[in-house]
Amino acid sequence: MLTYIIRRLLYSAVVLVLASFLVFTFVTVSGDPLAGLRIAPNVSEQTVQNVIDRKHLDDPVPKRYLYWVQDALTNQFGSTLLDNRPILPDLWRVMKNTMQLVLAAQLLVIILAVLIGVYSAIRQYSPFDYTMTTFSFLGLATPVFWLALMAQVAVVQIYERTGHRLFPIANLSGVDAGGGLHFWIDRAHHLVLPVLVLMVAGIAGYSRYMRAAMLEVINSDYVRTARAKGLPERRVTMKHALRNALIPLVTLVALDFGTILGGAVVTETVFSLDGMGLYFVNALFTNDPYPVMAWLMITAVMIIIFNLIADIVYGLLDPRVRYD
Amino acid sequence: MPEPILSIRDLTVEFNTEDGVVRAVTDVTYDLQPGEVLGIVGESGSGKSVSMLSVLGLSPQARIPKGEALFKGKNLLAMSQRQLREIRGGDMAMIFQDPMTSLNPVLTIGDQISEALLTHHPDMRDDAAQKRAVELLEIVGVPFAERRVDQYPHEFSGGMRQRAMIAMAIANNPSVLVADEPTTALDVTIQAQIVEVLKSAREETHAAIVLITHDLGLIAELADRVVVMYAGRVVELADVYTIFNQPRHPYTVGLMNSLARLDAEQEWLEPIPGQPPSMIAPPPGCAFHPRCSFSHGRLLCRTEVPPLRQIGDSTLHVSRCHFAEELEQAQVVAGAAATEEAR
Amino acid sequence: MTERVPDDDMRPQDREEVAIASESVGRPASAHGYAGSMALPEESPGPEGSPEVAMTSPEDLSLAYESGVEPKARSQWAYARIRFFRHKMAVLSLLVLIAVGFVAIFAKRIAPYGFDELDLFNITSGPTLKDKHLFGTDLLGRDYLSRVIYGLRTSLWVALFVAFLSTTIGTTVGSLAGYYGGVIDNLLMRFTDLILTLPGLAVLLTAAAFFGAGDPLKVGVILAFLFWTGIARIVRGVFLSLREKEYVEAAKASGAGDGRIILRHMLPNALGPIIVNTTLVIAAAILVEAALSFLGFGIQPPNPALGSLIAAGQGEGFQLWWLVTFPGLAIVVIALAINFVGDGLRDALDPTQRRIRA
Repeated sequence: MLTYIIRRLLYSAVVLVLASFLVFTFVTVSGDPLAGLRIAPNVSEQTVQNVIDRKHLDDPVPKRYLYWVQDALTNQFGSTLLDNRPILPDLWRVMKNTMQLVLAAQLLVIILAVLIGVYSAIRQYSPFDYTMTTFSFLGLATPVFWLALMAQVAVVQIYERTGHRLFPIANLSGVDAGGGLHFWIDRAHHLVLPVLVLMVAGIAGYSRYMRAAMLEVINSDYVRTARAKGLPERRVTMKHALRNALIPLVTLVALDFGTILGGAVVTETVFSLDGMGLYFVNALFTNDPYPVMAWLMITAVMIIIFNLIADIVYGLLDPRVRYD
Repeated sequence: MPEPILSIRDLTVEFNTEDGVVRAVTDVTYDLQPGEVLGIVGESGSGKSVSMLSVLGLSPQARIPKGEALFKGKNLLAMSQRQLREIRGGDMAMIFQDPMTSLNPVLTIGDQISEALLTHHPDMRDDAAQKRAVELLEIVGVPFAERRVDQYPHEFSGGMRQRAMIAMAIANNPSVLVADEPTTALDVTIQAQIVEVLKSAREETHAAIVLITHDLGLIAELADRVVVMYAGRVVELADVYTIFNQPRHPYTVGLMNSLARLDAEQEWLEPIPGQPPSMIAPPPGCAFHPRCSFSHGRLLCRTEVPPLRQIGDSTLHVSRCHFAEELEQAQVVAGAAATEEAR
Repeated sequence: MTERVPDDDMRPQDREEVAIASESVGRPASAHGYAGSMALPEESPGPEGSPEVAMTSPEDLSLAYESGVEPKARSQWAYARIRFFRHKMAVLSLLVLIAVGFVAIFAKRIAPYGFDELDLFNITSGPTLKDKHLFGTDLLGRDYLSRVIYGLRTSLWVALFVAFLSTTIGTTVGSLAGYYGGVIDNLLMRFTDLILTLPGLAVLLTAAAFFGAGDPLKVGVILAFLFWTGIARIVRGVFLSLREKEYVEAAKASGAGDGRIILRHMLPNALGPIIVNTTLVIAAAILVEAALSFLGFGIQPPNPALGSLIAAGQGEGFQLWWLVTFPGLAIVVIALAINFVGDGLRDALDPTQRRIRA
């Protein structure tokens, strides 16, 4: 097992380096981040030259890449292009916020999707099943950003008509959030709508998957054997069917991290949440390759780790799988 | 004769499918005597498995509009789910065809065998169940049972898995053991071993065995009596010697003729021509008539389903053919011709 | 399930393909747009269908003698068509899509106003029948129904373009990788690994931001760049499983060249999952393009696009709710319809399913 992990990590490291080089090249070659600066009226030639020197913008790309790597490893990913702001502290801050959003959403998604999927499978073709299937299809056809907007619109309209403030529609915390428990309650209050929006697509997808997996297992031979042994139906479902059906789901969720981040990017933008998504979009707007690279690398590392965890957990849960 | 331990009477089983109602089993009647081995022979789709599965409540899509299944005098079809569950795996146990897919891959063998024990003996302690599981594995001939009991199904070979399934089935000393194609998924050499295991299982539990298979060799080795099924109906029922040597139904005759035999000269193997009928729209009259070499297109065969009739004086041999008596002469002639050629 | 070999094909995402083989919806396209993996099809079975009752005249008896009771034979595609039309939702969705396509193609005739045409008498009106402003107007008095129609047109053709391009590339690469294995296969797998290490939407955004988007064609190319890997993997999977089949060996033995084997023997078997996956890619592409346009990195004004319409309406959207609602609804309806059709296609083309009514 240990050799497997090491091998995987080494392999991933290589992929990571390769990816970082390709992305860096792409990002630095296309588009001139100084364009805005150059045409700005108050900026002197000297200022522009300073930036160029500081960031070695005159050097060839491979050399710049190496500078970047050095920055990444030793200097906390360096600083942004124009205003020389250190990247890592910002990134770290927004990462924590996003994790709150994403973890809360994912946890709820898993619980609900499993319940819905299992129940749909047990009561196949029932009204519940059909309703859930319809919701799933709807949920998958709905763009996340639009859903976020509609949530805001709905809350505002309700407020206009009834004077009732249901949930905050923007920002992570109110102005007077304070500290301690009050802070967290306020935070939770602000996260309700974003979490709900993020959950929709997740539940839609996973419940269908769970249903399919559960159906396949329920109709399998070993479940028939379990019934033939005289086991009560509930025991058959829980001990035999569910256990087998859940295994691939665990890894699925772990592997889906990239998708989840995508949804978070959009949601944070709409709700003006100070998270990784908004950070990334803003960095893109300013055409500044350094925070973009930092973001991509950190995210890539997270994805690699999640992938590895997924495989390990799978190996632990399914005795047929052994790594040597 | 003693009371049969299992008595199926006029059983009819249907399924609603997208294409219509499929009548998988029609008016099936047979008895199982305690301790005997009853073979049920037929092609795929003949209904041989369905009849037993639906009787045990293991076929949830099945509709049973008619029939009785008396186990020790009580009708299984009239029982509640709870009552059925007590019998399933307890007094009446089942062995399935493919041991790889029939065992739960994420649980150990020992776990699955103890589960069978603990379900029917709730006061049994876990370690006692585990010990008994080891003993059962030894009975069915799994070597190093103590170690293997903690292994997973994929670590067992095909033959071993089937032995484990048999161990699971005999765990609670059933009076009836239903073996659904127990050797079909296994290599020929392993098949022979499993036959031995079934024999020792029988000795250990004195259970009656319902042996469902399309393998006539298996029937010859194990069965005392044989039920031949075709298109969902019983077409012949007799003891094993009679079935092999004096079959009185054209289908059974066809089956016997299609066997490769070491004791007669054969130039060609003779399969039964044609295909089994559709179970949604079966042919009118006798279901076998389109393929029957003895029917000669007679009206009776084409229009009326033959009743199950006694052959000769005893009730021990029945056949569902309008012209079963003609087969006796045909056999004598064929037998003479074969001996003539052999000389 | 087979033993897993690390960093090779039986990853959990592949395992899930196998796991879902018997049920009718695989992992669907998400907002990320990674069109879900699909089941590998079984080889096309023999013909199904209602059997004919045995004949009764003596002449026919010999025929019956030979064949027992034979079902009527139909072509495989006819069966697929029959199965598809059993799905009411799929058929309904197909009609909806045809209607939408019609509107998109004949936009100029159907839309009551031009995309940028101002109607100063009716600024910021809600949906109304007056002057045919069925979707209302925006701040500048532009008719929203027309804007949605034009936006729809762009989004649709970009999505179709993405599907076409990614399917072409994906099928080519996937079949070569699956058939030849070796270096090509390795390269493919490593490349998809590379792409998968980074979150998809982020990659797209980055590409769009730095590559420069705005124009539908560029956006289409960028999107195709992400989507082709999904189809490539599916085709590769099918080819890997088919490579060892006897008829391929037979074809080789009779001297057929590689190209012929791929095109005539193997590709037709992959058509089922390819078609279904392409359908899902269309839906995913619409969603992703909308997200990109919304954020400002996709199709930009003056090109009409549903996502940018929503973005533009975002400012006043709380009061003038129709500015945000209708473009989004259009997306939902189209994506929903495509998903239903994809589901129907999946059922139609994967005949190993049996539905027994409870």
